[in-house]
Amino acid sequence: MKILVCISHVPDTTSKINFTDGDTKFDTNGVQFVINPNDEFGLTRAMWFKEKQGAVVHVVNVGGPETEPTLRKALAIGADEAIRVNTPATDGFSVAKQLANVVKEGGYNLVIAGRESIDYNGGMMPGILAKLTGSNFVNTCIGLEVDGDKATVIREIDGGKETLKTSLPLVVGGQKGIVEESDLRIPNMRGIMQARTKPLTVKEPVDASAETATVSFEKPAPKGQVKLVDNVDQLIDLLHNEAKVI
Amino acid sequence: MSVLVYTESEEGVIKKIALEAVSYAKGIADQMGTSVTAISINANNTSELAKYGASKVLEVSDDKLNKFNGEAYADAIAQAAKNEDAKVIVLTSSANSKFLAPTLAVDLNAGFVPNVVALPERTSPFKVKHSVFTNKAFAHTEIKTEVKIVGLGKNTFGLKESETSMSNEAFSPNLDAHDFDMEIVSVDKATDQVTIADAEIVVSAGRGLKGPENWGMIEDLANTLGAATACSKPVSDMGWRPHSEHVGQTGKPVASNLYIAIGISGAIQHLAGINSSKVKVVINNDPEAPFFKAADYGIVGDAFEIVPQLNEKLKAFKAQNN
Repeated sequence: MKILVCISHVPDTTSKINFTDGDTKFDTNGVQFVINPNDEFGLTRAMWFKEKQGAVVHVVNVGGPETEPTLRKALAIGADEAIRVNTPATDGFSVAKQLANVVKEGGYNLVIAGRESIDYNGGMMPGILAKLTGSNFVNTCIGLEVDGDKATVIREIDGGKETLKTSLPLVVGGQKGIVEESDLRIPNMRGIMQARTKPLTVKEPVDASAETATVSFEKPAPKGQVKLVDNVDQLIDLLHNEAKVI
Repeated sequence: MSVLVYTESEEGVIKKIALEAVSYAKGIADQMGTSVTAISINANNTSELAKYGASKVLEVSDDKLNKFNGEAYADAIAQAAKNEDAKVIVLTSSANSKFLAPTLAVDLNAGFVPNVVALPERTSPFKVKHSVFTNKAFAHTEIKTEVKIVGLGKNTFGLKESETSMSNEAFSPNLDAHDFDMEIVSVDKATDQVTIADAEIVVSAGRGLKGPENWGMIEDLANTLGAATACSKPVSDMGWRPHSEHVGQTGKPVASNLYIAIGISGAIQHLAGINSSKVKVVINNDPEAPFFKAADYGIVGDAFEIVPQLNEKLKAFKAQNN
C-alpha cells in the first residue's frame, strides 16, 4: 500500500488572527505554524499502516518554502518521504488539481487528508481530489481499516456514525477519531535527526487555475460586556424577555 | 436560468436548515432577477418550500437513495442543475452537504465557497462573505466560474417567508452503477436525541464537572430545554464523553440560538467553535474564566448548586408558558 498524507500548514490553534495590507492578507507576524490537526490524526493513522501492514507513507504540501519545517515535522513523526508542490495554496480546488497530479504520478492508492484545514475551513480539497483521480471518497472519517484493496471506513454523520465498505483507490477526509488524541506522536530526537536526511522533493506546479479568490478579510465586531446575574430567576427572565431564546 | 437549492430531508421530512437555504436562495434569485428551483430526495411532503420562495420543486423518489450517498446525490443534483441551467447552487453546511459539495463542484466545474453568512454583496462578479479561521474572522471571496456553489452556514440567514406559487415535478436522474460503489454496512444513530447540528439550544459542560458521573444534571437540563448536550475538548480526550460531543476548533462547530457553557473555562479553541451561536450563557465558579469575556450572560457560582436550580425553575417556566 502506498499512502499519501496531505499536510496543510496552518496557524496553531491558539493563534490570534489578524490581517495586514488593508485587511487583504493574513498577518503571519508572531504566528506559530503547525501540521493541520485533522491532518495530524490522519498521519498518525498512516504510521499505524506503515508499522503493521508495511505501507509506504509520503506526505505532501502545496505551498512555498516556508512550509518545509511543517513537512520536516511530518518526516520526524515517521513519514518516509515528503513532497512540496512549489506554488501558493490559493483555494481548495486549485490545491486539489495540484495534488491530483502528485497522486497520478506517484501511484498512491490511499490518500489521507484532513476533513478541513483549520485556517480557511474550505473542506473541499479531499472530495475534489477523489473526483479528479477517480477514487472513492469518504468524508469525516473516524475509523479506517484496509485489507488488500478493500477498505472499511467509519464516517461520522450528524447524530451518529455509519460504517461503509469500499475499495482502493480511496481518499478520506479524516478527523479526530481516526486515531485518538492520546495516539498522537511527539517527534523524538532520533526521528528529528532522521528527518533531516529523508528526501524532501520540490515539484513544480502544473497549470491549474483557482476558481475563487479571496478579496479581503474582516474580524467580527467586538463583543459587548457580559451581563452578570445573581440567580437563575434573573437568568430565565433575561433569556425569555431580552434574548428571546427560550 | 434559475437558482437551484438542495433541500435536505431526514426520514422524509424536510429539515429546518433546508428551509433556511430556500430563504437564502430566494434572496439570491431576487438579486439576479430569476426564480428558485428546489430539489428534494425522497421527501414526503415538499409543500412547505413554497412558503419560503421556491417556484418549482424537482422531487426525486428512489429507494436506492434512502441512505445518503455522496456520489449519487451529487450526481442527481448535478443533472438537475444542468437541466435547469442553474447558475447558482445553494447547499447547507450539514455533514451531508459538505460531503457532496466537492463532488458537485467537479461535476459542474463550479467554484465552491462554504460557511457563507450573508447574501452576495454583488452577483457580478459574484462575491460572498463567509466565516474562516473557525469563526475567528470572515473573508470576502469572489467565485469566478460561470456556475457557483455556496454552502450556507447554519443559523446565519434565518427563515424568511415569501409565499410563492410552486409547481411539483417528478425528477428521475440517470444514476449509474459507479454511483453505488460504496456499501453502507450499518448506521448507528441515536434517534431519540437532538443532534448538535440540528439543535436550537446546546447545553455544554467541561472539566469543572469533575467527572463523568456528574453529567446527569447536564442531561436533565438538556431534556428540559429540548437541547443537545456537548462538551469541551479535555472532557472528550479523557473519555468522559464521546468525541461526537466535542465542540471547538478541532471538534464540532455550534451555531445554535442558545449555548449554555457549564464549568468550561473558555480556551480560545473552544470559543472559536461556538462563536456562531447567537446567545451564550456561562456558569462558572471562577470569575476570571475567559468565557465571561465571550458570553452574553453569566453566573459566577458553583455549577453543582446552580444547574439543578436552573433545571427546576425552567421546568416551572416551561409549564407556565406552554
